[in-house]
Amino acid sequence: MLSIKEYQTVTNISGPLMMVEMVDQAKYGHIVDIELGDGSIRRGQILQVENDKVLVQVFEGTRGIDVNKSTVRFLARPLELDVSPDILGRVFSGLGEPKDDGPAIIADKRLDINGSPINPYARDYPNEFIQTGISSIDGLNPLVRGQKLPIFSGAGLPHDQVTAQLARQATVLGKGEEFAVVFAAMGITFEAAQFFINDLQDTGAIERAVMFVNLANDPAIERIATPRFALTAAEYLAFELNMHVLVILNDMTNYCEALREISAARKEVPGRRGYPGYLYTDLATVYERAGRIKGKTGSITMVPVLTMPEDDKTHPVPDLTGYITEGQIILSRSLHRKAVSPPVDVLPSLSRLKDKGIGQGKTREDHADLYNQLYAAYARGKESQELATIMGEAALSEEDKKYMTFANEFEARYVSQDYYENRSIETTLDLGWELLSMFENAELKRIDVELIKKYMPKFRKEKSE
Amino acid sequence: MSETRQGRVVKVAGPVVVAEGMAGARMYDVVRVGKLNLIGEIVELNGDLASIQVYEETVGIGPGEPVVDTEAPLSVELGPGLIESIYDGIQRPLNSLVDFEGEFMGRGSSMPGLNREKKWHFKPTVSEATKVAPGNIIGEVQETTLLTHKIMVPAGVNGTIKQIAEGDYTVDEKIGVVAAEDGSETELKLMQKCPVRSARQVRRRLAPNRVLVTGQRVIDTFFPIARGGTACVPGPFGTGKTVVQHQLAKWVDADIVVYVGCGERGNEMTDVLTEFPELKDPHTGEPLMKRSVLIANTSNMPVAAREASVYTGITIAEYFRDMGYTVALMADSTSRWAEAMREISTRLEEMPAEEGYPAYLAARIASFYERAGRVECLGSPERDGALSIIGAVSPPGGDLSDSVVQATLHVVKVFWSLQGRLAYQRHFPAIDWLTSYSFYKQYLKDCFEDKEQGQQMEAMTVKAMGLLEQEAELLEIVRLVGTEALSPADRLSLETARSIREDFLHQNAFHKVDTYTSIEKQYEMLKNILYFHEQSLSAIEAGVETAEIFKLAVREEIARAKYIPQDDIAKVAEIRNTIDEQMKHLQVPNSV
Repeated sequence: MLSIKEYQTVTNISGPLMMVEMVDQAKYGHIVDIELGDGSIRRGQILQVENDKVLVQVFEGTRGIDVNKSTVRFLARPLELDVSPDILGRVFSGLGEPKDDGPAIIADKRLDINGSPINPYARDYPNEFIQTGISSIDGLNPLVRGQKLPIFSGAGLPHDQVTAQLARQATVLGKGEEFAVVFAAMGITFEAAQFFINDLQDTGAIERAVMFVNLANDPAIERIATPRFALTAAEYLAFELNMHVLVILNDMTNYCEALREISAARKEVPGRRGYPGYLYTDLATVYERAGRIKGKTGSITMVPVLTMPEDDKTHPVPDLTGYITEGQIILSRSLHRKAVSPPVDVLPSLSRLKDKGIGQGKTREDHADLYNQLYAAYARGKESQELATIMGEAALSEEDKKYMTFANEFEARYVSQDYYENRSIETTLDLGWELLSMFENAELKRIDVELIKKYMPKFRKEKSE
Repeated sequence: MSETRQGRVVKVAGPVVVAEGMAGARMYDVVRVGKLNLIGEIVELNGDLASIQVYEETVGIGPGEPVVDTEAPLSVELGPGLIESIYDGIQRPLNSLVDFEGEFMGRGSSMPGLNREKKWHFKPTVSEATKVAPGNIIGEVQETTLLTHKIMVPAGVNGTIKQIAEGDYTVDEKIGVVAAEDGSETELKLMQKCPVRSARQVRRRLAPNRVLVTGQRVIDTFFPIARGGTACVPGPFGTGKTVVQHQLAKWVDADIVVYVGCGERGNEMTDVLTEFPELKDPHTGEPLMKRSVLIANTSNMPVAAREASVYTGITIAEYFRDMGYTVALMADSTSRWAEAMREISTRLEEMPAEEGYPAYLAARIASFYERAGRVECLGSPERDGALSIIGAVSPPGGDLSDSVVQATLHVVKVFWSLQGRLAYQRHFPAIDWLTSYSFYKQYLKDCFEDKEQGQQMEAMTVKAMGLLEQEAELLEIVRLVGTEALSPADRLSLETARSIREDFLHQNAFHKVDTYTSIEKQYEMLKNILYFHEQSLSAIEAGVETAEIFKLAVREEIARAKYIPQDDIAKVAEIRNTIDEQMKHLQVPNSV
């Protein structure tokens, strides 16, 4: 057995980092316990070893640590999470310690929180449609099992309500399978976290939820580990207990800021806006843990939430996230002002995996053509709206006016819905047809003629009469 | 054999490990690091210290652990069995690894790139006593229904064939012997090893002279890529870079496709893996997988192996080119490759140039794209091969002034510029017709058997592009003063430009017919649109109201021509008769 070694050779402390010297047998990535002079214990992780010098990042911050009295214990293992089926319904800290009043977890297994990449060959393609009951998602940007679809939000936008609605309503059509929700809070306020927890309690879903909570006043460096704890729990539930897991990571911007803090403390060459050059790779090791595996029933679907500073989509955090995730749901401030809720900005939002998850046998045969047409018409309508603001509505051609009316109706009736309204996919699709019925059939170039005949309300009425 | 050089680890910082006791090791030699036997490559030497980029996660490695020098550069195994394989960045077969270590990637596994058990039927094409030199084809293996794998004499082997025999062999069994002039003998095998970081030798390089048909209308008609040419696809996220790459991998008119998923999504590779065996090659009717090699080093796999993945891919592609084939390599995305370089460079504490990228970024990118080209292959029989590279670039925020984009634009000849604006309108492929360019346009006319048709096509593309440019100007005017101010002819131009955009350039990758359009059908479709334009222009001159023309039912037929299957291509041409028919019935208002 490896013995645990203790050292009192701390030589340098700066920011969240600490240097320990004359250490024997330290391994990169392993964790340490730091016992302070007053007996309290903090946790750290080895960032670099060079000969006998070890650089440690301290999760709880270095305040109060001194050079002389601190004892550093090398635990010779990476950060691990104790897992067993009992983790369901529990609340943990950002470092995976039970935070509620419940007992300690008796571990079936201890899992390295870094996990291992899924072999691409072993992945199963996500193609099962998840009905969220939200038209702007189900109809236009459908979510499928095993997908990672972030919500790009801004300060003051209702992303908490949207994620709560998602967690409440998400189901796969016609199946009663085991599901679970894993929620990781990173640097969000007590209020935001409590809103989500209360919502889960009201629906009874709390029994099937696991939470990792790092609030705004909790140590910032701890946030680097929080999503990894959450995903380790999710992998356990999905691939060992065969559950369908929805993971919500809120808020990834705070996570990235913690990463930046470490990078700056290590005096690394900064990339854009001071974020480290490896931000992409680091985010990928979080996001890519979503998915399905061939031969296993469970799945991990991920909805990370991030707030875009100044609503800027090109900020490094949303930008790099968008390059890794399979689409994005963008919330719009102007729609929010118009009291459209949820204020999903349909045009720049995207679900990359939609094409394989919809259509006959999954949703309905007309789904793909329908959303293409709705997009095209709405994009045209948006242009008309802009034109109207420049030149006045009177200057618009008849056609432009028609498209503008469509865009307004679309926002008010299709995008907008109550946070407790759970629309079935049929309702969503039929609503799309109803809105399109204001156009001539010949204008609906993106829909197959046969489908128009079958689904257009004008024709359907004739049939039923 | 000298004793293997063994050093010990002194420093670990992420993917970079420093080892001492490595005096005598060479740059870019492969080493095995630590008790876990992780694979790494020497990237810096300083006295007896060697900096090593490790291709696997280094958690748990610490000072004192052994480092063993294999004294060979990073190489790939080339031979029968490459096709239909899926490899990680350093040619470990991912499909076999699943059986070996489970669904999650383990560490330190070494598995040969080519299956050692499978027997291949080898048929010699040369007889004994033939003089051979490197690159000479000595025989064939029918690897898949689509591919005859030519077995070539490896580099550095010269002499006379002493023995060669037909039969069933595994890749490392002896298939024959070459005797050199000095009497030494070399065994021939189906497999050869080749270092990845230097280009394979060719006899002579030739200029590209033929278009590589992709079945994508905006690409083939307006911005074609040549066999042996280079192209780049930059664009912000969500504009369909990957879909463009996948479409090309599916439909491109090449013998072999090498697809490198470099630091991208795992599910995208799964998509390729599930789709390719089912899709049929439009030219041969065989499953596309039978001509494909996949390299998948997804974004969460180790960053150093990502750096190596493009080299692994291009070396495999060059090997097939040397057999005399047309090869297309897709690299998605080269930005991730550049970021891997940056990460390693930072850990080596090199002085950064722009945006933290190493100063040698542009040189590395240029020398990678320079490995494309049409060549006269080494050895006999005489043959030409071509290797095209299509690289996706993912600039931060879609900003084209990004270093990777700029370094790439410096060397590539085709630029497909993806625009977020088009993607939001769901205009796919979102290739912007006004900013994209191609230097291979002049070869488009040679795609047609009929010379005159080729020339017509060339004239039509010029005409269509003119209309699209005119549209951009006219829209400016409309924005200021409204459509009413335009002359009827200008209004027609606007409508025709819209038709070119919506009915021709827009192409649905997920529609079973629309996903691929033959060059002949592209010709017919574009001809319909322009024919309608000319006929309408004459009608307008005769005094017909534009509104009347725009109401013609035939316009819908023109729009839906893209859904007419390839076998019914005559129907596309027939639309022009309908145009004539309906134009005849147009009334001039005051001539009644």
